[in-house]
Order: sequence, then C-alpha cells, then structure tokens
Amino acid sequence: MGNNQEQCCAVPTIRMETKKLSVNYGANFGVKDVDLKMCTNQVTALIGPSGCGKTTFLRALNRMHDLNPAIKITGTALLDGENIYDTGTDPVVVRRKIGMVFQKPTPFPTKSIYDNVVAGLRLVGIRKKAVLDEAAERALSGAALWEEVKDRLKAPGGSLSGGQQQRLSIARALAIEPEVLLMDEPTSSLDPNSTTRVEELIQQLKNTVSIVIVTHNMQQAQRVSDYTAFFYVGEMVECAPTSELFKTPKHERTKEYLGGCFS
Amino acid sequence: MILKLRYARDSVFRIMIALMTILVVLPLFIIILYVLINGGSAIRPDFFLRDLGSPIRAMTGQPSGLIHSILGTIIIDLCALFIAVPFGLSAGILMSEYPDNPLAPPAKLLTSTLNGMPAVLMGLLAYALIVKNSGGFSAIAGSMALAFVMIPIIARAAESSLRITPWSLRENGLALGLPRWIVITQIVIPAARPGLITGILIAFARGAGEAAPLLLTSFGNNYLSFNMSKPMDTLPQRLYSLAISPYKQWHVMGWGGAILLLFFVIIVFYVGRKMTAGMEARAEQKIH
Repeated sequence: MGNNQEQCCAVPTIRMETKKLSVNYGANFGVKDVDLKMCTNQVTALIGPSGCGKTTFLRALNRMHDLNPAIKITGTALLDGENIYDTGTDPVVVRRKIGMVFQKPTPFPTKSIYDNVVAGLRLVGIRKKAVLDEAAERALSGAALWEEVKDRLKAPGGSLSGGQQQRLSIARALAIEPEVLLMDEPTSSLDPNSTTRVEELIQQLKNTVSIVIVTHNMQQAQRVSDYTAFFYVGEMVECAPTSELFKTPKHERTKEYLGGCFS
Repeated sequence: MILKLRYARDSVFRIMIALMTILVVLPLFIIILYVLINGGSAIRPDFFLRDLGSPIRAMTGQPSGLIHSILGTIIIDLCALFIAVPFGLSAGILMSEYPDNPLAPPAKLLTSTLNGMPAVLMGLLAYALIVKNSGGFSAIAGSMALAFVMIPIIARAAESSLRITPWSLRENGLALGLPRWIVITQIVIPAARPGLITGILIAFARGAGEAAPLLLTSFGNNYLSFNMSKPMDTLPQRLYSLAISPYKQWHVMGWGGAILLLFFVIIVFYVGRKMTAGMEARAEQKIH
C-alpha cells in the first residue's frame, strides 16, 4: 500500500516528506504510517471519503494537533530535511514556515483588511510602516485581492464577501512568506464563482509556495493538483500524478472511490 | 374555528407575559418613587458641596451634605476596580484558555462559590489581612474588600465571554505562527470585548452597592478626606449610619443618598448596555 511515493515528485527537490507518520487519539488511530513526499512548486491534493484521515494528516503537517493533549503523533514529518517534531523544535517557528488556510474564512473580527493581512507580522513586533505596507500589497496581490481592496484597506475584514474573505485569509497566510501552504477544503463554503477564482489563484501560487490541499471535490483535485494522494480509513492507499491516478488507478479501493462506490 | 382558538390562546399568553413583566418591573418603580418622595428635599446645592461634620450641625440646623461620601465612593470603588480587573481577567483567561492547567478546576469551583458568598465575609477577610496588621481602618482596606467582591464576578464573566468566541479565531491565529499568549491577548480578547466590559461594569455596580464589607474596613468618616490610609466615607455605609441615627435631618439626607446610589447604579448599567450594544452592532456589521 502506498508504494508509489517515488512518483509523487516530478522535481528533484522534496519540500516536505512524511515517514511512517501516525496520529493516534488514545486507542484509535486517525492516520497510520503515511509515507508521502510533497515537492517544491507542486500542488498535492489529498482526497478520500469522509473520515479517511486526510484533514487529520494535513493538520499534522504544521503541528496543529499540539493543541490537543490527547493526540499522539509518531513517525517523522520533514521540512527541507528537518523533522518538525524534534523535541527541540518550536511549533511556533514551524507554523511560520508552514501556513494554513481553513475551510471557513475567518477574518479577525476587530481588525481592518490591512490589519488582518499584516497580523502575522505586526503581532510579532514588526512595526515599520514601510515593511508592513509592502507586505500587505505583496500578499494581497498574491491572493488576487489587491485591486478590489486597495482603496478600502481600513474597512473591517468582515465587510468582504465570502470569496473575498477566503482570499483575505490566503493573503494573511502569504504575508509571512511561508514555504508550504496547507489548504483544508478552502472552497467548500464558497459559491462557484469564488471557487473558480481561488482555484486559479492556487495555480498561480504554486510558483512561489508549495501547496497541499484537502478536497472532497474530485473534479477540483483534477483541476488544480499535480499529484493526488488517496486516503482510506487512515492510510494512504495510493499517490500518483493526478491524471494518472484518475485515469488508471492501480489500487482496487481507489477505483471504487473514483467510480463513486462510496464517498 | 381552530385558527380563532389559536389566536385567542396566543392573545391570552401574550397578556399573561405582559402582566408578569409589569409585576417584575413595578416594584422597581415603586422603590424609585418612594426614594424620590422621601429624599427629594435633601437634594440641594449644599448636599453636593458640604461634608457631614459632627451631629451638632444637624442638631442646630446648619447645612451639611454628603460630598465626602460621594467622592469617597468614587475613589474607593475605582481603586477596587483597578485592583480587581487584572486578577479577575487573569483568572478568567486561565479558566477559558488553559483548562488543562491544574489551577483551572479549583479556580472554577472557587469563583462559583465566592460569587454567591455574602460580601460581609470579604470585609472580614480584608479586616484580618489589612486592618488588623496596619492598626486601623483605611480606605485601601475598603478597596481591597470590594476588590474581593468584584474579582469572582469579573473572572466568571471573562471566562464565559472568552469561551463563546469561535475556536476558529484561535486556530487561525496559531496557524500564522503566533505564540499562544499573543493569540489570546491580541485576537481572542478583543473579540470578547463587549462581554468583558459588561462583566466589569456589573462587578463595579455590585461592588458600589455593598455596605457591609465597608463597615469593617473603610469604616466611615464624617469629614472629607483623600487619605487612603485613613477611614473614608462611602454612600452605602453612610446610608446605614444615617438611617440608624437619631437626627431627622440625617434621615432625610439618608434618603437623598439613596437617590444618588440608585441612580448611580442605574446609570452604570445603562452606560454598560449602550456600550456593549454599540460594540455588538459594529461587530455584526463587520461579519454581515
């Protein structure tokens, strides 16, 4: 199971890699022994039925499970060759290199659009206006939102539409210049137009940041990703270049899932 | 036919609700009216310009007032709030944001218990800690006693306000690589601001109305004083002294003081509600 990881990287540079990564909730396991390579400037999609562990796996990649003392993680997750779960490693430092965008867009309610975007910089002590202004413009442009909001940066973050709020969340994550961007079903709560815009954005962003995206939508996985990993009951069944996985899946389970036998 | 019956039952229900509400609100109006009638005559310029002085002033009909009680109430209550807010807020943050900390379960138990305790016990605590050790009654002891009353109220209000902020705020903050204490202070607390301010104002109004703990700590003073290490007068404790005194002039002044105290508490709650309604309306606009 899951021995196609060599084919999960077209480029020689591996940005992130997991080796026998497991996530356990007490006696139950959420994810078991996942070996997955995610390469630089590549979009890796994680697909699978509900409860298969893809979101659990995603959250293990930036140590979000640290918030829950009941969860135990074993195995390694390497960012540029260094294990993010080493005892000496600070999760705060890890999360500055591995950003995350969640399913529900959450602008910080008491902050303006500008303050939302620069929150990751200003709240850690970077106060110089020139630096923050440059970061805000770069991040908002990178999230394809600059033209729409450049004249109302002081407006509340919540005054934007759902799709704009999600792009604001992406801009906020991009402002701290992460190396990897994790996206947990980023378009599930958006209308079709906004979904299209975010998908176009993902295609542009992969030139600057490596992306791992969890999606329930198989068509979306086909549209945006270079490689797709199929998860089932906590294990990674198969990983291959997207077109190959969808046209000629090697594993029986993958064929059943893609054929709509279960979801 | 059935529809008419439904409408009729609906009307009966609404009338009952209205009557019950009137029954609840009516005593408040009766109290306000009673206090206004009895104390109205005391409200004159002297009331706000002079202190009480010795009983001879009352016996000889000389003018006196409660300026020392009014200012003393403001000073002692504000000092109490200044002491109570950091402690109450910290306890609330611990209970809400760090529930796995070993201090959190006892903190929850103690704040619930202390919330229901008679305030006179807080006065006894301040008496034992400060009055006995410093050798005398003082305004600072009074502030401490009121702070002990305010802390559990602020802690509980802070805990509930923080707990109802969406978990996604914390997740999004932490995912930006922000340390946990920055996420709490810069993202979660601002989002909980309306609830926090309401809690602080309620605690303030509650503390401002307490007389018993002050009888044991700040004790009272017939003269105007700004010395925190000496006895100071406050309205609630002064009302008690005036009511049990043998002088008619002082009885009337007591009713006048009651008017002030009543309106002080009403105004604090009104301002608090207006502030939080404004904040909530702005917050709702932001998240349309």
